[in-house]
Amino acid sequence: MALSNVLDSPAAGFNFDNAARNAAFEGLFEGGQTPKPLKTGTTIAGVVFKDGVVLGADTRATSSEVVADKMCAKIHYISPNIYCCGAGTAADTEKTTDLLSSNLTVFSLNSGRNPRVVMAVNILQDMLYRYHGQIGANLILGGVDCTGNHLYTVGPYGSVNKVPYLAMGSGDLAALGILEDGFQHDLELEKAKKLVRDAVHSGIMNDLGSGNNIDICVITAEGVDYIRPFQESEFKDRREIKYKYRQGTTPVLTKKITPLKMEVVQETTQKMETV
Amino acid sequence: MLGEEAEPQWISEEVKTGTTIIAIEFNGGVVLGSDSRVSAGDSVVNRVMNKLSPLHDKIYCALSGSAADAQTIAEMVNYQLDVHSLEIDEDPQVRSAATLVKNISYKYKEELSAHLIVAGWDRRDGGQVFATLGGLLTRQPFAIGGSGSSYVYGFVDAEYRRGMTKEECQKFVVNTLALAMNRDGSSGGVAYIVTIDEHSTDEKVILGNDLPTFFDQ
Repeated sequence: MALSNVLDSPAAGFNFDNAARNAAFEGLFEGGQTPKPLKTGTTIAGVVFKDGVVLGADTRATSSEVVADKMCAKIHYISPNIYCCGAGTAADTEKTTDLLSSNLTVFSLNSGRNPRVVMAVNILQDMLYRYHGQIGANLILGGVDCTGNHLYTVGPYGSVNKVPYLAMGSGDLAALGILEDGFQHDLELEKAKKLVRDAVHSGIMNDLGSGNNIDICVITAEGVDYIRPFQESEFKDRREIKYKYRQGTTPVLTKKITPLKMEVVQETTQKMETV
Repeated sequence: MLGEEAEPQWISEEVKTGTTIIAIEFNGGVVLGSDSRVSAGDSVVNRVMNKLSPLHDKIYCALSGSAADAQTIAEMVNYQLDVHSLEIDEDPQVRSAATLVKNISYKYKEELSAHLIVAGWDRRDGGQVFATLGGLLTRQPFAIGGSGSSYVYGFVDAEYRRGMTKEECQKFVVNTLALAMNRDGSSGGVAYIVTIDEHSTDEKVILGNDLPTFFDQ
């Protein structure tokens, strides 16, 4: 009775094919640097509280020193009771969480129940371990299931840590400082939301790669409250004037029309079947 | 301004358990101990990780090296041991568990970078400790491993005596862990102790400030 995966279940034992392929890949660049993937430079945090789990994230996606997306969604849906924050390579976290979500949906349809958080963690760990760190996804998984409220982190090499509170991303050290100071077991909902907000805010203030707004996702046995944005950036710009120019702003000096002569080279007729 | 050299380490650094682990056998059981620090480069990823992982009711293993590799080996062996135990219709031997770990460690020697110490109690041979470093399999009265073990080889060689009681073994383990955690940058946090004997499997945590102190503190 295997997991109801849509993909073929992988061959038993370790499979290092991809590691060999990647080593060969590096040879193609003749000693130069392999292309670096885009990273989101992020602050994400999660806290287990009395009735569930609170996840928080900033919304900035950077491409080197330019902010590529000011309202990027870093809290991904996995299943009705499990959400996942992703740090690391943007494409990797997106695809990995999508894949996980699809697999768990199939499982739910087959078994008629919501998946457990530990199941999501196991599937992720299997996959990331198989790719030996080549998938740059640092994920925080939080959810509520029949066994309780859980918060896990999965690293890009496939290591798993189960903890009551967590921060990841380039702003993690700043956020962790706030969490270490303010965390207590069995917090109330409002206090937990505030703690996560403060942690992400600290990451935004102290890390260049994090910024803009804060998203919060509260998961409880009753349901999910995805508040996007929970808090808007204090440094939002305000457009002073309109940037639309009316027709005639740029005067036309001369006009020259050159007709393009086209020759018929080939003529074919294809019957269209309309059934 | 985010320059190229500002890439945070956690993105590229593999998560290592940079550890101190120890297991010692006494007449009637074993005591296992570990620290709780998991690092990725200079950053501590988890300061409360329990590196003593159960393979079966009365067989535990201590993880060190790459966190992902060690966790995966432990999970695979846990599964294989469960199947084996159903097949022979009794509790597995510690030697069987150690052999399963050794098989994986040896076959994938080049690719993996994890060392597991396997220890437990079974009806046939009582308490046993096995080291599986690099794919060898050897039974020892005690075994230490991880980056912090280098600092305490002298201590364990000088302090170990044959025929110690369970309480003496527990104290020995705690002292060794405390000394190693003090000197090794990659070990720290709290100490996890597991005592396995015929009657019970007892897990204990000793918080940082409850650890024994030595001359320079």
